[in-house]
Amino acid sequence: MKIHEYQGKEILREFGVPTPRGVACFSVEEAVAAAQKLGGKVWVVKAQIHAGGRGKGGGVKVAKSLDEVRQFAGQILGMRLVTHQTGPEGQVVRRLLIEEGAQIVKEFYVGMVVDRASQRVALLASSEGGMEIEEVAKHSPEKIRTVRIDPVTGLTDKEGAEVARSIGIPDVANAEAVKVLQGLYRAFVEKDAMLAEINPLIITADNRVVALDAKFNFDSNALYRRPEIVAYRDLDEEDPAEIEASKFELSYIQLDGNIGCLVNGAGLAMATMDIIKLYGGSPANFLDVGGGANKEKVTEAFKLMLKNPSLKAILVNIFGGIMKCDVIAEGVVAAAREVHLSVPLVVRLEGTNVELGKKILAESGLPIISGNDMADAAQKVVAAAKG
Amino acid sequence: MSILINKSTKVITQGMTGKVGQFHTFHCKSYANGANCFVAGVNPKKAGEDFEGIPVYASVLDAKKATGATVSVIYVPPSGAAAAIDEAVEADLDLVICITEGIPVHDMLKTRYKMQGKRTLLIGPNCPGLITPDEIKIGIMPGHIHKKGRIGVVSRSGTLTYEAVGQLSALGYGQSSCVGIGGDPINGMKHIDVMRLFNEDPETDAVIMVGEIGGSDEEECARWIKGNMKKPVVGFIAGVTAPEGKRMGHAGAIISGGQGGANEKLAVMEECGIHITRNPAEMGRTMQKVLKG
Repeated sequence: MKIHEYQGKEILREFGVPTPRGVACFSVEEAVAAAQKLGGKVWVVKAQIHAGGRGKGGGVKVAKSLDEVRQFAGQILGMRLVTHQTGPEGQVVRRLLIEEGAQIVKEFYVGMVVDRASQRVALLASSEGGMEIEEVAKHSPEKIRTVRIDPVTGLTDKEGAEVARSIGIPDVANAEAVKVLQGLYRAFVEKDAMLAEINPLIITADNRVVALDAKFNFDSNALYRRPEIVAYRDLDEEDPAEIEASKFELSYIQLDGNIGCLVNGAGLAMATMDIIKLYGGSPANFLDVGGGANKEKVTEAFKLMLKNPSLKAILVNIFGGIMKCDVIAEGVVAAAREVHLSVPLVVRLEGTNVELGKKILAESGLPIISGNDMADAAQKVVAAAKG
Repeated sequence: MSILINKSTKVITQGMTGKVGQFHTFHCKSYANGANCFVAGVNPKKAGEDFEGIPVYASVLDAKKATGATVSVIYVPPSGAAAAIDEAVEADLDLVICITEGIPVHDMLKTRYKMQGKRTLLIGPNCPGLITPDEIKIGIMPGHIHKKGRIGVVSRSGTLTYEAVGQLSALGYGQSSCVGIGGDPINGMKHIDVMRLFNEDPETDAVIMVGEIGGSDEEECARWIKGNMKKPVVGFIAGVTAPEGKRMGHAGAIISGGQGGANEKLAVMEECGIHITRNPAEMGRTMQKVLKG
């Protein structure tokens, strides 16, 4: 689960990481009032959306007067911000962060991830602040310092000092940098994060170490014990179809094709998308109904897929193990009736009670196209989508 | 032979008395030699009771001492599942199979740290389990699609494993053992660990390896295969069409920073001599072609 920058900075401050003073705002008036309250002569007006690359898209502006704060806040609030992470449709800006300006002497990158290979939390640090770490990794990997952190000791003073020195943080700020790195690590572990980035982390003219940005992604499996993180959730930033799906414990991701897929199991669901593509079609979604699908879940899954205006055909691909094919077949028939299915439907059933399942489909009187195996079903649905 | 488990294996079920545990324990016990294999359950509040004639003990250690069991399977809900693995490791079992989906990643990081230097092997979490056909089934896979034979199967996915098994059985190729290693980013045995066992197993002639997007375990396994594997391997990777940055159902199935993509994995696997197919409906037939030369 992602959160906004201003929320991430709240977490960082809780763990002793300095950030610029700032106020989250929902209107131009609030933005101007916030700038007045913060005082000073320079403010930064920052669009708050969950995607990165906001600066390049025109979502971050430096204001040198309250009039400029008003002007920029007006421009940014409500704009459809397009960045390399939002996709071409962009994301509407509904929240702003108004911050005091900072005097940047140098920018650095620090991030943390769960490293699968070492099964540790890994700290990544680089002298190349402000750039995307993926780009740095591609073009100058030698500039990234990685430390795999021992979960018992945490990030030690020695490791922290060495990392700070290796990326070029001046010695005068070394102790403060170590505190930042250790604070970030504690936040990462104590809040069940999967990813955390401060980019840039800056050195100010008076040698302070300050987090100018904050990005967090949390483990959705741990949210049950992190109500304070759940409170940060912003549904406006999430795909409405995916929110709807999560209510019914369906795993759904909308894609840009026209063939809907309803599958049990994540691996088989991906493979089903792949085989549609292989036979010249294009999947409209990823949809895993999970192991315990019933009539209600299947009906909701159909409704979700049918909301997509591009949809031209649907493929149901079920390998019934624990889930019995006859139960799924009854669900498919009931769902197709309830939603008055208007696009061709291809169903491939395999596994437990498959004959009974096929019989239920055949006797339903619905124009369901039966697929004998995965390849046959994929070819039939691709043909059906082409009309 | 087979790998990891056979008809003589004695199994403890952690979380046997819950709804999911009861359902699957019933089916595992009914499969092949299951009635003799599933010898104990664990629930501190229900010690002394039984389920389907299987006695319940207060702890894994008690269950091990009383029955001589060396393997456990876990159906405990996510919040307590990592602690259940820890308990099985503390009891010094040979193998722990964790079916539970949805364990917090930081819990698994701690559990894996505690497992360092211990001899207990872990399969999963978030996996279907493993089966040696006609001998023993430990997990949630449908037993009847399997057939005894000489092909090994290792996979990160559940239903996609069944798909591979179903294709093999339909073509007349049985399986020696089928192992679902699970879809989580922090897990126990990897493709490479299972591949080593199949390589040494005299009753396995060839292996189907099913992977998916995310991480680099398949690449690591492929490089090991190139230098060490004595048997042919057929490979498929799910997620060629998956968009970057989106978690595709499994917590571990995400392409991040351009890494972990299916095409990259397939390219490395092909380069390492694995017989890859890009068509998930062709896993069985690809194996048939390889074996018929």
